[in-house]
Amino acid sequence: MPEGKFCNKKPINTEEELRELLSDTRGTTYYKEMEELDVDSDAIQATLQKTLKSRLKTWLEVCAHCGLCADSCFFYIANNRDPKQVPSYKIQSTLGEIVKKKGKVTNEFMRHVMDTAWGKCTCCNRCATYCPFGIDMGVMFSYLRGLCFTQGFIPWEMKIGSGMHRVYRAQMDITTEDWVDTCEWMAEEYEDDWPGIEIPVDKENADIIYTVNAREPKHYPEDLGEAAALFHLAGENWTVPSEGWEETSLAMFAGDWAGCKMQVESVYDAIDRLKPKRMVVTECGHAYRATVIEGPYWCGRKDGKPPVETLHYVEWVAEALRNGKIKIDPTKKIKEPVTYQDSCNYIRNAGLRKCAREIMSYIAEDFREMKPCGEHNFCCGGGGGMNGLGRYRDERNTGFKVKRDQILETGAMLVITPCHNCWDAVRDLEETYKVGIRWSFLKPLLLEMAIVPDHLKPKE
Amino acid sequence: MYDFVTGPLLWLSLIIFFAGLIFRTVYYIKGLDTFLDRVTYGVNTAYGVKSAIKSVLHWIIPFGSRSWRVKPIFTILVFIFHIGLVITPIFLPAHNLILEERWGFRLPTISDTTADIMTIAVIVSALFLIIRRIALPEVRILTSAYDYLIMLITVAPFITGFISFHQISDYQFWVILHILCGEIMLIAIPFTKLSHIVLFFLSRIQIGMDFGIKRGGMKGGGKTW
Repeated sequence: MPEGKFCNKKPINTEEELRELLSDTRGTTYYKEMEELDVDSDAIQATLQKTLKSRLKTWLEVCAHCGLCADSCFFYIANNRDPKQVPSYKIQSTLGEIVKKKGKVTNEFMRHVMDTAWGKCTCCNRCATYCPFGIDMGVMFSYLRGLCFTQGFIPWEMKIGSGMHRVYRAQMDITTEDWVDTCEWMAEEYEDDWPGIEIPVDKENADIIYTVNAREPKHYPEDLGEAAALFHLAGENWTVPSEGWEETSLAMFAGDWAGCKMQVESVYDAIDRLKPKRMVVTECGHAYRATVIEGPYWCGRKDGKPPVETLHYVEWVAEALRNGKIKIDPTKKIKEPVTYQDSCNYIRNAGLRKCAREIMSYIAEDFREMKPCGEHNFCCGGGGGMNGLGRYRDERNTGFKVKRDQILETGAMLVITPCHNCWDAVRDLEETYKVGIRWSFLKPLLLEMAIVPDHLKPKE
Repeated sequence: MYDFVTGPLLWLSLIIFFAGLIFRTVYYIKGLDTFLDRVTYGVNTAYGVKSAIKSVLHWIIPFGSRSWRVKPIFTILVFIFHIGLVITPIFLPAHNLILEERWGFRLPTISDTTADIMTIAVIVSALFLIIRRIALPEVRILTSAYDYLIMLITVAPFITGFISFHQISDYQFWVILHILCGEIMLIAIPFTKLSHIVLFFLSRIQIGMDFGIKRGGMKGGGKTW
């Protein structure tokens, strides 16, 4: 059987296909069909010839097999230094083989490739920092995921995720109406505590356009309320778009580059429509990476930048604290030891290390760095889509050991995680290992600590 | 035989070496692509250049990067090995004598003793690198016969050069073998992993530009290696 009903080479483009695929609980049939899926070697080879150029070719060719990348990989460390987890081995034995064999690989091999590309790498790019040649195996695995996507060898949840973006321009089934309703609802919810609070939808020429992660309206709408309260407190002239509000990209984790482009274009269209001065992205790492760092390239923007200057939430917070737009009550600063989870996507891969430290200097009395930290920090264990993949749950939970130990070593029981994937990962690592740690986004902490001027307080 | 290996064969290997490396460099640069690599090399170049310089410097200075610092023994081996590999043949008195005879110019030279020490250092560090390759599971799994072949091609000129210089055995035989080994190395460089004598720099420049332009450099973060 070449193409399955669920598992095939065609991406999801309609709501109906999406519902059908979702009805195949845990992808049971999907993965069965995958065992029969044909590999189109010619198509793989054609793609390689078109897209595997200098950089990737050189990386595959010159790797000195020195093994320095081994210790850079948290999967290698967490799996008792299993040589099969050495980044160089992982990429050479997958992409390297496909290239060597000019795409002539078997179905079984492609399933092995999938299990490696999604189950043994979170594309955290840490290995690039430790390789003398600067070989970035995260970039290569991302490329490999793209190849797998075109062949239909992708985890079930990834196919769904990519389909969500294609159908809803969001990683979850949230319609424009759902979103706008949630904004109105949250503004009402927060009105009692914050008289005059607004979540302005589609306001033109605002100073800030705020974009979010679909999980916020879907699962934690209070996050949106908190964002509104903080913008209100800081006196920002802001808005959210009715369409193009979603920053995340499961399509990026899936290797669905066309889907990535569709998603990012929806955000850029909103910017063109509403002409804000700047964009602020919620506390999410991969969302920022997708829309701000990689997105411009997917959309063919020649300057490599989004249409307006864009800040990650931590940049906005650092700026608001610096400018005194948000003032912290010194008596309410975090007294207990607290640590910060550096998200790979906006710290190592977007250079925002200093912003995070600046924020901590305002809000924490006993800030403890993880070792290593900043650009050298380890992935939380849940990045690159890992959190959402049932097939690799055990691999992920094993990988958590590195982050668990890093956190415990700081002596802090509170971890600040301004990234959805990190937040989930730390929650799940606590659930798995029960070490007694707590975790939080910045928004709720800031709201507890901020000084609220009298004119913004509710009249009793 | 001597005339052949020091005449036409030497010319041939030098031409292949230089032309090969020029080809590798040009081919690499031509194959860079703003949209495939997702780096605007040509638009935000200034940020890229600054970061590219850092990216190279931190890695050609011993212990200049965190990766070098966390593996001090390996780092020392690698640097001794590479310094010896580059310095010895270029500044060797005997090589420069030939250079002067043939082309009428010479480079500054190191002493014969220094050359001996460096040669032995290259051979010994190579030995340790091979032992490391066998002993450490994370390196062993990456290793194939090709890696040993490359090592052999690299170290053979040093072993044969040492033997012939000290006339340990039949000089004529060893010196010809030495020249042949050197020529094999020169020819092998553009076609094998040894091409990293230029690709190391190109690859480091590329990743430096990647981080300097796209991944944080323009936010003033600046990648710390």
